[in-house]
Amino acid sequence: MRHIISILIENESGALSRVAGLFSARGYNIESLTVAPTEDPSLSRMTILTRGSDEVLEQITKQLNKLVDVVKVVDLSEAAHVERELMLIKVRATGKDREEMKRMADIFRGRIIDVTESTYVVELTGASSKLDSFIAALDAGLILETVRTGVCGIGRGDRILKV
Amino acid sequence: MISGAEIVIRCLQEEKVDCVFGYPGGSVLHIYDALFKQDQVKHILVRHEQAAVHAADAYSRSSQKVGVALVTSGPGVTNTVTGIATAYMDSIPMVVLTGQVPTQYIGQDAFQECDTVGITRPCVKHNFLVKDVKDLATTIKKAFHIAATGRPGPVVVDIPKDITAQMCEFDYPKTIQMRSYNPVVKGHLGQIKKAVQILQEAKRPIIYAGGGVILSDAADRLTKLAHRLNFPVTNTLMGLGGFPATDRQSVGMLGMHGTFEANNAMHYADVILAVGARFDDRVIGNPEHFGEEKRRVIHIDIDPSSISKRVKVDVPIVGNVADVLDEMSKLLDTGFKTDPEVADWWQQIDQWRGRDSLRYKQAEHIMPQYVIEKLYEVTGGDAFVTSDVGQHQMFAAQYYKFDKPRRWINSGGLGTMGVGLPYGMGVLMANPDVPVACVTGEGSIQMCIQELSTCKQYGLPIKIINLNNGMLGMVRQWQEMFYSKRYSQSYVTSLPDFVKLAEAYGHVGMRIEKPEDVEPALRKAFTEHKNDLVFMDFIIDPTANVFPMVAAGKGLTEMILAEEL
Repeated sequence: MRHIISILIENESGALSRVAGLFSARGYNIESLTVAPTEDPSLSRMTILTRGSDEVLEQITKQLNKLVDVVKVVDLSEAAHVERELMLIKVRATGKDREEMKRMADIFRGRIIDVTESTYVVELTGASSKLDSFIAALDAGLILETVRTGVCGIGRGDRILKV
Repeated sequence: MISGAEIVIRCLQEEKVDCVFGYPGGSVLHIYDALFKQDQVKHILVRHEQAAVHAADAYSRSSQKVGVALVTSGPGVTNTVTGIATAYMDSIPMVVLTGQVPTQYIGQDAFQECDTVGITRPCVKHNFLVKDVKDLATTIKKAFHIAATGRPGPVVVDIPKDITAQMCEFDYPKTIQMRSYNPVVKGHLGQIKKAVQILQEAKRPIIYAGGGVILSDAADRLTKLAHRLNFPVTNTLMGLGGFPATDRQSVGMLGMHGTFEANNAMHYADVILAVGARFDDRVIGNPEHFGEEKRRVIHIDIDPSSISKRVKVDVPIVGNVADVLDEMSKLLDTGFKTDPEVADWWQQIDQWRGRDSLRYKQAEHIMPQYVIEKLYEVTGGDAFVTSDVGQHQMFAAQYYKFDKPRRWINSGGLGTMGVGLPYGMGVLMANPDVPVACVTGEGSIQMCIQELSTCKQYGLPIKIINLNNGMLGMVRQWQEMFYSKRYSQSYVTSLPDFVKLAEAYGHVGMRIEKPEDVEPALRKAFTEHKNDLVFMDFIIDPTANVFPMVAAGKGLTEMILAEEL
């Protein structure tokens, strides 16, 4: 099962390595990890995309809670939530591909944020599956470079992760 | 204003630390200078940093206090890693203060620099790097708080040298609040009620008590509760002494080398009350085999991650063992009745007991079991027994009947050879004048043998019981049983003359080769040489093996008994 774990953690040096170290030491996998300070600069919010059985997920959340720097842990995928990922993708855009690329970006509601004579950089936000579809829809030979932020997510409505 | 180094010492004084174990070096020279100028905190100079941490660990295990070690940066730190990991695996509260190169040199591959926080991170409860002298006192306060509360564990505080030189006001916080760290103490009352209901319905109950009982100082509470329930009690290796071994209700230790009655009672119980124990692989054997029996499990543990980790638990109770047992006792007092069928269960247990699974044959050579039995007799069961790791450790656990908590000091989780002698030092610093026996083997004792020198310097009269079979006994046992007697590298040649070795360090040495000499030698060591360290080299039967034994991967009831061979 795919799970999105959200963590509020003290914004201190080494905090990230405690979390990453825990995952590698106990053999849990990290598909993506994203981290940045919150509106309270003393706290960071980390989002980890992982996979595992219910038992494994129970252990992951318990072990994370045990880390002294961790303030709160929640499995976002347990209930209603929204999730987004951002991708920047650099593609070759010459000749007839130039117009085709523009069209594809429009269809996926992407934005072209950098243009040169031969390339575009497209910015695309959405669920990870949408980003995957965009990549799949392009001619692989035209993709020069991709960078993705990893999933971040937030609970819907009254589900709030705060100190 | 005082210096950072003085702040470190003042913090230790505020925490009522009466002794630290350590070894000086470049990065901690300011701290050692501050240590020199006071006499409240005593310093024990070890011969290797590993021993400092082991000694601080045992100081903690044998008392309720937090052990403290102090080492320098770089190799000083890397030498402590085994000791820190040992304490971590057994949840021992400890604070390790480490020197670090000056702040501006960090990351420059400076002389004696290492990434202390990075290296120790996976084997500490928490660690800190102090970057500002203003944070020093609060950080040390946090370290003691984190080490001793919740599920205890070692905490490392890494202090760069320049921080120890800077001047600052000293203000030691009385209490500490951390929004990210608030361990649970009280158990959930609803869960405790549910547990009591299940205990009432139990027909084949067992209390399975681990190291959490010792750490929580709940031995008396557990004993009272067990008597009230009239349930059998089994202890883990870490839990020995948490319930009196000589009590009628004790079925002894369980697990890989547990008794026949303990392992059977655990396996066939319909209700298990697990108290501060974690169902580890050496305890329940093959988890699938263990899962074949239908039973209900109540699990009291302060660490939620220990619950339902290896065995599915029906009634989890997260809380401090002592507090939960108090609540449980209160509920029992409102009219608890043990199910009458428990009487039949006791009959079954007595039948298992009848197998006398710890029986062994006397031989021409000294049997290791016999040495431990005599040690028990001679010390009246009242000694603090430290051990190393291997056959001798299991013999000590099986044949020395611990009636009191904190008397059995060993490395259960990590299984660290070499801890025995430094553990003895830690015990004696926390409990001056108590009899201390270090049960060891010729393999383990050589891993920290240099500490004989420390023992001389501080007059620590440990009685070393060296069960010398010229073999790495436990390795040999496995090779005999599972590797067709191919004794690969388990034979130790070129052993030193331990008597001369002890004498060279200024101690008393004895070599005992005949069974009839065992008891007189022990008596002499504990009376005539009460104040001396005595190294007793017992030349034992090299073929002796530890039984019962549950082979790795086997079920708990699939024991090999001595009588079957």
